[in-house]
Amino acid sequence: MGFIKSSKLKTVWILAFVVGIALVGRAFAQETDTTATQTVDTATAVADTATAADTAGDVAPVSPDTVTAAVPAAKADKPAAAAAEDAGPNIDPQVYKNFFYGLLLVFLICVLVGVIGKIIQVYELTRRMNGKDTTYYLYNFNAVLFLVALVLGLYGVYWSYVHHGGQSFRAAVTEHGQQIDTMFIITTIICTIVLVVMHIGLFSFAYIYRARPTRKAYFYPHNNTIEKIWTITPAIVLTILVLFGFFTWRGITNVPEEDQKNALHIEVVGEQFTWTVRYPGRDGQLGERNYRLTTPLNGLGMDFNDKKNWDDQLGSEIVLPVNKPVRVQIGSKDILHSFYMPDFRVQMNAVPGMKTYFQFTPTVTTEEMRDRLGDYKYDFVMLCAKICGGGHYNMQKKVRIVTEEEYQAWLNEQPYFFTEDLRKEFKMSQATQTADEPAQERLLANVHE
Amino acid sequence: MSSIASVGTHNVDHHGEHGHHHESFWTKYVFSQDHKMIAKQFLITGIVMAVFAMILSILFRMQLAWPDKEFPILEVFLGKWAEGGRINPEFFLALVTIHGTIMVFFVLTAGLSGTFANLLIPYQLGARDMASPFMNMLSYWFFLGACVVMISSFFIESGPASAGWTIYPPLSAIPKAIPGSGLGMTLWLASMVMFIISQVLGGTNYISTVLNLRTKGMDLWKMPLTVWALFLTAIVGLLSFPVLVSAVVLLIFDRSFGTSFYLSDLVVQGQILPNEGGSPILFQHLFWFLGHPEVYIVLMPALGLTSEVISTNSRKPIFGYHAMVYSLIGITVLSFIVWGHHMFVTGMNPFLGGVFMITTLIIAVPSAVKSFNYLATLWRGNIRFTPAMLFAIGMVSFFISGGLTGLYVGNSALDINLHDTYFVVAHFHLVMGSASIFGMLCGVYHWYPKMFGRMMNEKLGYLHFWLTFVGAYFVFFPMHFMGIDGVPRRYYAFTEFPFMEKWVSVNIFITWSAIIAGLGQIAFIWNFFASMRFGKVATQNPWGANTLEWTTPVKHIHGNWPGEIPTVYRWPYDYSKPGHHEDFIPQTVPFSETMSSNLPHDFEGNVEAERIQREWELANAAAQPEKERE
Repeated sequence: MGFIKSSKLKTVWILAFVVGIALVGRAFAQETDTTATQTVDTATAVADTATAADTAGDVAPVSPDTVTAAVPAAKADKPAAAAAEDAGPNIDPQVYKNFFYGLLLVFLICVLVGVIGKIIQVYELTRRMNGKDTTYYLYNFNAVLFLVALVLGLYGVYWSYVHHGGQSFRAAVTEHGQQIDTMFIITTIICTIVLVVMHIGLFSFAYIYRARPTRKAYFYPHNNTIEKIWTITPAIVLTILVLFGFFTWRGITNVPEEDQKNALHIEVVGEQFTWTVRYPGRDGQLGERNYRLTTPLNGLGMDFNDKKNWDDQLGSEIVLPVNKPVRVQIGSKDILHSFYMPDFRVQMNAVPGMKTYFQFTPTVTTEEMRDRLGDYKYDFVMLCAKICGGGHYNMQKKVRIVTEEEYQAWLNEQPYFFTEDLRKEFKMSQATQTADEPAQERLLANVHE
Repeated sequence: MSSIASVGTHNVDHHGEHGHHHESFWTKYVFSQDHKMIAKQFLITGIVMAVFAMILSILFRMQLAWPDKEFPILEVFLGKWAEGGRINPEFFLALVTIHGTIMVFFVLTAGLSGTFANLLIPYQLGARDMASPFMNMLSYWFFLGACVVMISSFFIESGPASAGWTIYPPLSAIPKAIPGSGLGMTLWLASMVMFIISQVLGGTNYISTVLNLRTKGMDLWKMPLTVWALFLTAIVGLLSFPVLVSAVVLLIFDRSFGTSFYLSDLVVQGQILPNEGGSPILFQHLFWFLGHPEVYIVLMPALGLTSEVISTNSRKPIFGYHAMVYSLIGITVLSFIVWGHHMFVTGMNPFLGGVFMITTLIIAVPSAVKSFNYLATLWRGNIRFTPAMLFAIGMVSFFISGGLTGLYVGNSALDINLHDTYFVVAHFHLVMGSASIFGMLCGVYHWYPKMFGRMMNEKLGYLHFWLTFVGAYFVFFPMHFMGIDGVPRRYYAFTEFPFMEKWVSVNIFITWSAIIAGLGQIAFIWNFFASMRFGKVATQNPWGANTLEWTTPVKHIHGNWPGEIPTVYRWPYDYSKPGHHEDFIPQTVPFSETMSSNLPHDFEGNVEAERIQREWELANAAAQPEKERE
């Protein structure tokens, strides 16, 4: 190949290499610099050797030997730098070796591909010398590959449906979820048929109509009838799906006023990276919250002038009675989160400054689900589905669906939000306010400031 | 041609010393106002950004596949963001965010339509250059500036933006919530404003060029589908990108000047913030008002390019040219009224969700028509498998398989369970990511001879295609099932939930596929840059295509055509016309030279021409038995 022969290109390569080396060198230099300053800082700032060792250990992963060396060196700069020099490359040299082996491997594969390319070139040359064609055999090769891809692809789709589909699809455990499942299955059937038919068409046409020197393509610019048919058919199928979907959706989201009242009301509030679950207590009603009232004790900012708050209970997890409609009020303290329970086909974002709701009726208890799956450790979960920061991947709450009796028993054990400390705090704030006007008004005025 | 290989690097870091080059270097390669050079600048910048974003994706894929394993080498490159050789959760989110941003905006918007609109609009319409070459140059420089600012966010203390590419506030507005929302997010927003300026400058230019600078005879219905697609894309971009500016500017106000457009009732880590009265949902409306049309901004040029390539290489006219144009127009119009389908479960009024579902599923009709028409074009063709053609077929495959899952996520009831899960990731990576990047690669392979005057190595092209095609399916197909199982996207590790454990092995498979497909891109990069210098010299019309760009000389000249601009007489898809001795008739060939193959509807009701044709046919009836049979 001519690449290496070119002297200009060679210079470019050499330049790139030199620049690369220089950059690497600089990066290392910086690294040692920062480590050095860190060590010196920690050493001078902290008198106690033990704490110094701890902090230094936290700041930069250096071995304890280096730290002890660094502490006495705090008086003079030079030895500190020297000590840090030792601490600098804290990465095993084997790591670099492995990395360069990896690069070498990739390079070797590239060379191998190049060699194969050469062999093909030679092969083509002999074909040309023997008077055989050198273009159409490549077309045939790709056409055959399309056919292979079609067969393997269809099998792959089938295998994936059986294998991955089997482990991913669990029937819904709510009333509305069963409707969603029906629709999901219908959509899947339609889509799979279209997927398979279209791909059979696409890839087999590619194979059958591959170029041959003697053929000429069929001049066929348009056919209005066919075009009308394949505009109207998808339109009809989609209309059916749309109507089905629209009514299901309205059924889920547009709950009649009366059903709303009859449901069990609970609240779930997200914050980075936990959920707080609030049960309404005996009155069955959730009290008002105001974010301005948030204190370390009153994390949700519950407004205790609203007596509905007095009996609200803090749920350690989400426990719900089976076959009873639940209306979850979803809120967020800081940023967007999403209240997501895959098994229940329930999802709604938690939006700061706005209440959102989702009403559903669980139909299967945790015990029944475990029996159904044959997995006796299985638990329903509620998780966060909206990106919310470093702990997003572990923002969960266990969900248990139990019988009515178990639910009541569990509920009786849950603590009240309005604890002794909060009572005291609340009374004190009232006492200071009653000096000039009624507490409630004053507090309300505060709220609306 | 000799220094183009190094132009790529010049474009990216343009602060090098190039004083020793001859004088015209700056005007020829750097501050060029020539549409061909600007197209190359867009393309090479796009490729560099794509490689960068791909490396980011490999990094987070490694984390997902081996969540408990340490890769000390990462610490060498990433420092504190991968302490102990493990990427930290916040940096993971930064990787995901910047991967998405770069791929969607910098590669598939600017890299795709920037390249091909610049290259093909003047070429295929018979124009000497863009309507406003200076604006065109500015468009590139704003784009490059945006790229530099975006990448620079990797070199700051608090790290790049990490609130997801959709940068939903309040997460993106409050640095306390995530470090990436500090300076990194400011840079993201600044970069995006520059990017939008670039898009508006470019879009205005494309539209005015298409409307004003068509050569003689080139009426709208004789334009190739590429130009139609690029034209409609520019319209969509021009109407929707300014809305993103408003969203971004309000977010800047919220972040820096204490306003409350998007913020209300916040208690961040125990501190009560003063903001009141705003709504995070407002941002989502503004964002997706651009965001959804953006999907079509990314996809439509790919559809246009593949239409052209499939027709040329099947040696057949594109089936249903008018239907193709009308479906593009349909997609253009509908794309503005479907944005709410991204917000079914964000707390938007549920009734509105129902309405958006209806409009969303309507948009599937023109898309279905397009894929049927592609199939009909292949049917009874004489298909040449050039690398471009392979990528075009791959694009149709992704368009079908990714488009179909749109029926799930576009259905608000089904979306309840699929929203923000891996199902969505699979869906849009197939239909928007893979389909568009295949469209782009198809375009690169097809128009490379036009851009660089040389041919790419087709065997490397085949290798590249098969690795990428299989790799993309291996990566994205299994993700559907994770989504159905309820695994949310942007999860740093699958280790905290028992039900996700079964997906770890699948993740390893996906990551290996991604790595192999990623290495497969070396075949392309090598092919692309080496062929500039060592490729076979191209002939003027290597693919036997009809459109105008193949009538220009191989060596680029300013003004494209040496003499007069050619006149156009016919539509661009007269391939394998019966009665003609060749299997293509370029647009510049008048009907008087192809008497043997003219069809009645070619004359569009011109009575005089029809009379002449009839007389000719009578006179030549004996000599044209083939014609009679038709």
